[in-house]
Amino acid sequence: MGTILSLKNIVKVYPNGVVANKGINIDVQENTIHAIVGENGAGKSTLMKIIFGEEIPQEGEILYKGKKVKIHNSLEAIAMGIGMIHQHLMLAPDLTVAENIILGEEPVKWKLFLDSKKILKKTEEACKEFGFEVPLNKLVKDLPVGIRQRIEILKVLIRNAELIILDEPTSVLTPQETEVLFKSLKELKAKGKTIIFISHKLKEVKVIADRVTIIRDGKDIATEDASKLTEHEIAELMVGREISFERIPEAEKTGEAYLKVNGLNYINEENLHVLKNVSFEVRRGEILGLAGVEGNGQTELVEILTGLREATSGHIFLGEREITGFTPRDIRELGVSHIPEDRMENGVAEKSTIQENIIVDRYYKKPFARGMVLDWKKITEHSEELIKQFKILAQSSKTPVSALSGGNIQKVVVARELSSEPKLIVADQPTRGIDVGSEEMVHELLMNARDNGIAVFLVSADLDEILKISSRILVIYNGEIVAEFDSPAKVTQEQLGPYMLGVKRDKH
Amino acid sequence: MNPIIKSILSPKFIFATIRVMTPILYPAIGVAITALAGSINIALEGIMLMAAFTGVMVSGFTGSLWLALFAGVAAGVAMAAILGYFHLQLKADIIIAAIALNMFASGMTIFLLYVFAHDKGTSSSLKSLVFPSLDIPLLKDIPVVGPMLSGHNILTYFVFIAVIVFYYLIYKTPLGLRIRAVGQNPDAAESVGINVKRVRLYSLLLSGFFGSFGGLYLAMGYVSWFSRDMTAGRGFIAIAASSLGGNLPLGTFLGSLLFGIVNAFAIFIAPLKIPSEFIQSIPYLTTVIVLAIYSINKSRKVKREVSE
Repeated sequence: MGTILSLKNIVKVYPNGVVANKGINIDVQENTIHAIVGENGAGKSTLMKIIFGEEIPQEGEILYKGKKVKIHNSLEAIAMGIGMIHQHLMLAPDLTVAENIILGEEPVKWKLFLDSKKILKKTEEACKEFGFEVPLNKLVKDLPVGIRQRIEILKVLIRNAELIILDEPTSVLTPQETEVLFKSLKELKAKGKTIIFISHKLKEVKVIADRVTIIRDGKDIATEDASKLTEHEIAELMVGREISFERIPEAEKTGEAYLKVNGLNYINEENLHVLKNVSFEVRRGEILGLAGVEGNGQTELVEILTGLREATSGHIFLGEREITGFTPRDIRELGVSHIPEDRMENGVAEKSTIQENIIVDRYYKKPFARGMVLDWKKITEHSEELIKQFKILAQSSKTPVSALSGGNIQKVVVARELSSEPKLIVADQPTRGIDVGSEEMVHELLMNARDNGIAVFLVSADLDEILKISSRILVIYNGEIVAEFDSPAKVTQEQLGPYMLGVKRDKH
Repeated sequence: MNPIIKSILSPKFIFATIRVMTPILYPAIGVAITALAGSINIALEGIMLMAAFTGVMVSGFTGSLWLALFAGVAAGVAMAAILGYFHLQLKADIIIAAIALNMFASGMTIFLLYVFAHDKGTSSSLKSLVFPSLDIPLLKDIPVVGPMLSGHNILTYFVFIAVIVFYYLIYKTPLGLRIRAVGQNPDAAESVGINVKRVRLYSLLLSGFFGSFGGLYLAMGYVSWFSRDMTAGRGFIAIAASSLGGNLPLGTFLGSLLFGIVNAFAIFIAPLKIPSEFIQSIPYLTTVIVLAIYSINKSRKVKREVSE
């Protein structure tokens, strides 16, 4: 077993001055699964782009199979036997699976026409060889994301890749799909392939990886056998300080009920009864955690609470005031903050700057607006302040949000939502897809909000999160609240599980 | 029976429909190819004008139909190439570049018309050749069907072949597969080594090629002269026709056929005592209405999909 890829002192500085890699050294052993972990913005993605020829480093050497190489573009990388599965899948939705796999090297007959028989034969052979089952004649858009990812892997395999890079492959998968993926990766390893696995989900790293390299702030901090490090150790190496997985301190005092939801029903366009008679309260100074497998009505519930969707029946009160049917702005004016589940879709305008994103909910108020005109000086001052306070890693307040890493984008959203002096915070999956360091910060901010007497409604599919910061826990299953736990400190994941899966229920 | 209703029910109506559909279907195929590649060409109006003008001039001065055909197509493809250069190389917005080209073509053809034919309106002082019409043996003798389908201009018969070529190109060739892939997800195409710019350039050149035939037919088949702005919005109606048809071969054909019927209808009811300005606006009114219905349906469908 030799070294297939060896990176020596890789330095990458982007034209805008950001130093993404500050001298990284990694040796990847042949026929292993090598995990590379690090916080958002630590430089993992840049490093992978360098290996795949999408970025060119200023300094450093790449040795592939013992030979020094320079990779100028991804075609060269593919020709050398390096394949990459991007986080955002690279598939054409209206082409068939076979067409997607074969794209770029289509077999031709009579010099002009596609040879559809050969296309099918070639793709079938690849499926068989690697034990991947995919419906070759179906359109990609009709397939679930787990299958799409398998198509991506096949695409790479059919091009004879020996070293396969997967960039956060599990971030789009359900737990079941993740299991299938891991099984496939192990089979590929058994067939002699080498796999580089980028992740910040430490549990998965422990399950799948042979070796693990931790990257922090553009440098490689450690490379070890995965079995020699615990999750906790990896996390601390990633963040560079101690991390607490313990429950946060309990609230000192909880106030009266602030958000009151009464008999809420929602029937969607397909006539499905998505929310069934949902009633609950969130008190001032508590974090109410709503646990549940995704897709059990949480998204709809949050959208109804924040005015983005209209309930079929039922009532919502803020304090004594009924807000059912209010517009999102009316609701925000009453002091409701919303950290949306999909930050790219509903949280930020990607191409706009940080400061523009920060003022979207307050641009019309003083001091940001003076009559019809915006006071950009005040806006910049305000944004710079928040950037500092929320430790957003960015060049300036005029940096477009798209230039930030996922964790920092989430911090922009959180900064906006928490700085609007809310009385109720609706946090939907507030730490999804961000690293442990940012996650801890978000948790702390929510805890501070709680201690300041703000009512917090936390929706999360991550049980660790629910158990760590909730003051009370509700469980939702199939649009119904099926259980309530008043002292989460005594609750375990195993206790919540049966409720989330609909096996058990307390409430009717 | 009312003579107008009678004429609409006669084979002549179908004949006219096919005749007026031709200069819409050619550019519609051009639009569809570029739309599939994800960089829609709205400069077909200018491409057709240039091709029509060049064809008339070359035929008038050389007396060769073949030369006129080649020159006309070359002019149209050159326009598309310029658009490609601005959009792909200089990274200009394709819509803005295309609008500029349309205006350029309108002004430039009038200017050159004055230079060569000493007239700012039409080229009637210059004798243009026309592409021949074909009476198809056997077919022409069949009652009803014969008068509908026989006796068309040769370029009208070609447009049916063009639809079939379009179909094979898109579904049966590697270029077609790549055009579709580039249109659906350029990053995906790029990641497997497809040169996205080149594929888009090819699609633009093809649109210039097909569009040119539309222009040539207008000036050298439909009529036998060039007149200023003679495309009269057909390049834009083509966009509506192809998008109605989902930019696919059969759909593009049916979309163009619809506009052919409406146009023919407008011609046939002209003798009625309806203001001619109103009649002339019928095809355009139809475009607006059809596009509105189409997009309402589409947004409903999207809403359904989103809510799923």
